[in-house]
Amino acid sequence: MAEAPKSRNFIGQAWLVILLALLYGGALATVHTALSARIAENKRNETYSVIPILVEGADQSMTAEVSVEGQNGKELTVYRVLDSGGHHRGWVLPAAGQGFADQIEILIGLDAEVSTIAGLYVLGQKETPGLGDYITGEGFRNRFRGKPTDRPLVVVKSDPKANNEILALTGATISSESVSGIVNRALANLKGPIRQLAPGGGEEQDEASSPADRQGETGP
Amino acid sequence: MTRGEPTALERFINGILPENPVYRQLLGMCPVLAVTNGMKPAMTMAGATAFVLILANIMISLMRGLLKPHLRILVFTLTIATFVTIADRLLAAYMYEMSKQLGPYVPLIIVNCLIISRCEICASKQDVRVAVADGVGMSLGFALALASIATVREILGSGTWLGLPVMPGFWPNWGIMVLPPGAFLTLGLLLGMVEWVNQARAKKAGKRE
Repeated sequence: MAEAPKSRNFIGQAWLVILLALLYGGALATVHTALSARIAENKRNETYSVIPILVEGADQSMTAEVSVEGQNGKELTVYRVLDSGGHHRGWVLPAAGQGFADQIEILIGLDAEVSTIAGLYVLGQKETPGLGDYITGEGFRNRFRGKPTDRPLVVVKSDPKANNEILALTGATISSESVSGIVNRALANLKGPIRQLAPGGGEEQDEASSPADRQGETGP
Repeated sequence: MTRGEPTALERFINGILPENPVYRQLLGMCPVLAVTNGMKPAMTMAGATAFVLILANIMISLMRGLLKPHLRILVFTLTIATFVTIADRLLAAYMYEMSKQLGPYVPLIIVNCLIISRCEICASKQDVRVAVADGVGMSLGFALALASIATVREILGSGTWLGLPVMPGFWPNWGIMVLPPGAFLTLGLLLGMVEWVNQARAKKAGKRE
């Protein structure tokens, strides 16, 4: 190249890249602002459609959205699930966290006493196709069903022995651990507050902030 | 192929068959194999790729005079990534089910060599008119290739086409065609067929001269 070998004029070299980064950043911000409400609405509709899978006996039309303040001080929306007779059947908590590739968004179904996980559903993920994306499969999601909420879940690579152990997906340990980590953090954050909301669950309030909660909070 | 820059019309026609991105250039194999188990995902992918390819070509062509040789790939990637993110958000907002079905393959359009190669070969050297013709031609070629593979796989594997039943009731669906091996089998056989036709035509043309 016939140009000057090393230019100290970085702006002269890079102005186009800098300008484009700003321009594209602005464009993406605009698109995000314009579409995020609609995307959130799509996710909400999907949440309602899977509530009967997450909590047995649930009636979608009876589901109520409840705003809860988590232990981290942030307001979150959770779903109180009722059956067609109006009886309290459980809860659905939306939660998200970093996966192997991108953010993983899940829904956690809990029974009425907030003592066991009733179901799990993956709302959004971009894990490796053919390996990590098996977290969306029923086979993996069912491994969470019936697990206790009083102890943090632990991912293991051989047959689970304790009832808080989850068998990892072959070739997708990080994705498996991400999901269980998201569950642990969400439970640690919200278990106490929603127990307080539960009808007749007021007495459990003290128990709710047991050491297990705090232990989960300091988890990965 | 001559060394002179092709005209807009040549670019457009080349993209569809003579330089078909899949059958002649073997580019974009990831979506070709991954999303062709049905016509609907294949056509959504073709549409999203066309959106990114045409807009990236236009942007790059508009600023081709400003590109610095050592920064051009960075500019290409930045431009492509922006349009892919926009396409991804649009799908999530207006075609939510399809967006979920395609999953990571929409963001993976960023690494589809077809797009960056068109930026490099055509858009960074020629004017906007030619770049648009090239983008549209290549997109049509890509859509055609995806459609051909998806048609074979969906009809044999699910007995439907675009979701409509086309095979008689007694047709046993070939499960393998929906699974990844079906993609490789179909692509290999179709590639072989295209090559065979090409060679036969070349022979004929040779005889005539």
